[in-house]
Amino acid sequence: MLNERVICAGFGGQGVMLMGQLISYAGMLEGKEVSWLPSYGPEMRGGTANCSVMISERPIGSPVITDDATVAIVMNLPSLDKFQPDVQAGGKLLINSSLIEKKASRSDIVAYYVPANEIANELGNSRVANMVMLGAFLELTKTVTVESVLKALAKTFGESKGHLMAVNEEALKKGAEAIK
Amino acid sequence: MAKVLMKGNEAIGAAAIRAGCKYFFGYPITPQNELPEYMSKEMPKVGGVFLQAESEVSAINMVYGAAGAGARVMTSSSSPGIALKQEGITYIAGAELPCVIVNIVRGGPGLGGIQPAQSDYNQVTRGGGNGDYKLLVYAPANLQEMVDLMQEAFDAADYYRNPVMMVGDGMIGQMMEPIEFREMPSRFELPGKEWATTGTKGLRKPNIINSLALDPAELERHNIHLQAKYDAMKADEVKYEAYNMENAELVIVAYGTTSRIVRNAIIDLKEQGINVGLIRPITLWPFPEKAFDLVPKDCKGLLSVEMSMGQMVDDVKIASNGRWPVHFYGRAGGMIPTPEGVMEKVKALVGGAK
Repeated sequence: MLNERVICAGFGGQGVMLMGQLISYAGMLEGKEVSWLPSYGPEMRGGTANCSVMISERPIGSPVITDDATVAIVMNLPSLDKFQPDVQAGGKLLINSSLIEKKASRSDIVAYYVPANEIANELGNSRVANMVMLGAFLELTKTVTVESVLKALAKTFGESKGHLMAVNEEALKKGAEAIK
Repeated sequence: MAKVLMKGNEAIGAAAIRAGCKYFFGYPITPQNELPEYMSKEMPKVGGVFLQAESEVSAINMVYGAAGAGARVMTSSSSPGIALKQEGITYIAGAELPCVIVNIVRGGPGLGGIQPAQSDYNQVTRGGGNGDYKLLVYAPANLQEMVDLMQEAFDAADYYRNPVMMVGDGMIGQMMEPIEFREMPSRFELPGKEWATTGTKGLRKPNIINSLALDPAELERHNIHLQAKYDAMKADEVKYEAYNMENAELVIVAYGTTSRIVRNAIIDLKEQGINVGLIRPITLWPFPEKAFDLVPKDCKGLLSVEMSMGQMVDDVKIASNGRWPVHFYGRAGGMIPTPEGVMEKVKALVGGAK
């Protein structure tokens, strides 16, 4: 039974909140039970921003992830340190290796390394690093389809940012290729 | 209408505007800030008024004024801010004015924290202000229910001429969930607001809105009148959900976000051969005492699960009226109960899996 509990974390401006929202939105479009919960505690400038996303077949109880994340996507070093312990045994850890030199220290989870910023820069838009990571996540977990994410993204962008769809779609594709 | 993914605080604002709310007075406090922010953006679009007051006390008294003039009006805050509003709330209740107050509860006491809690149950059900007054209090468990109840909250406020409180917590306020804005037919035939202070235009006697009555006999009559209104609410406004009650060996009582966690624990317990029921009060006041008639006679006990050190448990004891032993499990200060924690407590009470 589908029951993904995903933590998306990074520093402010890396688009981790959007990443989580797109997974939730896509899940909703696919008729699944979804929730999205941001961290709203007092955070230090340059510290981590994060959100918890649930995609499930059954109604979601608590939208809070404590120590049982099925996947954590970490975009910077403080996020790796903070959330690696929250992944359940056998879970997945997606690490943005462009900004994080450190390796995962746990052997009971599977770590994947994606040079998200480098790939984004190659695409000519450093801001799509989050979409590269999202592409990798989708390829790994198949939680929702790329098509649903693109639909969600089109809704989020609206007409004014419609011209950004192509580079974001490309970023999703490159992210998927990066872990194949 | 198609489903949308919306943040709880914003969904409350959208639902209130759909319900005809035209005035919003507030003062910022985490974790409900997105609600006034939303109102500041959306109210002008519907010809309404958003005003950020200089304090909570000021905001609730602006609500008093707008309600007195017959407007559909709302304010919102979180625990310490609601504490500050109590004087205004009892004045509004005493003057019999309709309004909706949103309370996105956070951990206390004092300034407390900013994470979700249910430790203001006593304040919202007993009245944090002075005098014999009651609020109609809704505690939805998810965003869809919150949105669905908003029309009813405004209608009930008008119908009873009484403040209505919508209680959520930091989780409800901050999370995003799919929502469908549906047409909710009104249950009420709403009377006109002939009592409102809208200006006499020289055609009628002035209406007076007041909560002061120095003559004891008059004030007693007013209290008896208010009590009759509260009795009518008790008879007609109770809302609850009963889940998996048949042959339940234990029945959990939980509301709001806590009930969601409990429900998942109940599903998991069933797979382990332990049958547990759930009474979920949707109105905290009036408390759904009649729901307890559904508890099996041979049930081993009731368990109140709360994000507090034990407040609703007193109402569970009153409702149980000695029929079943009453137990408590709670987390406090912004800590969220886990299904595992609930399951452990249940097993300790019923003696493990069979």
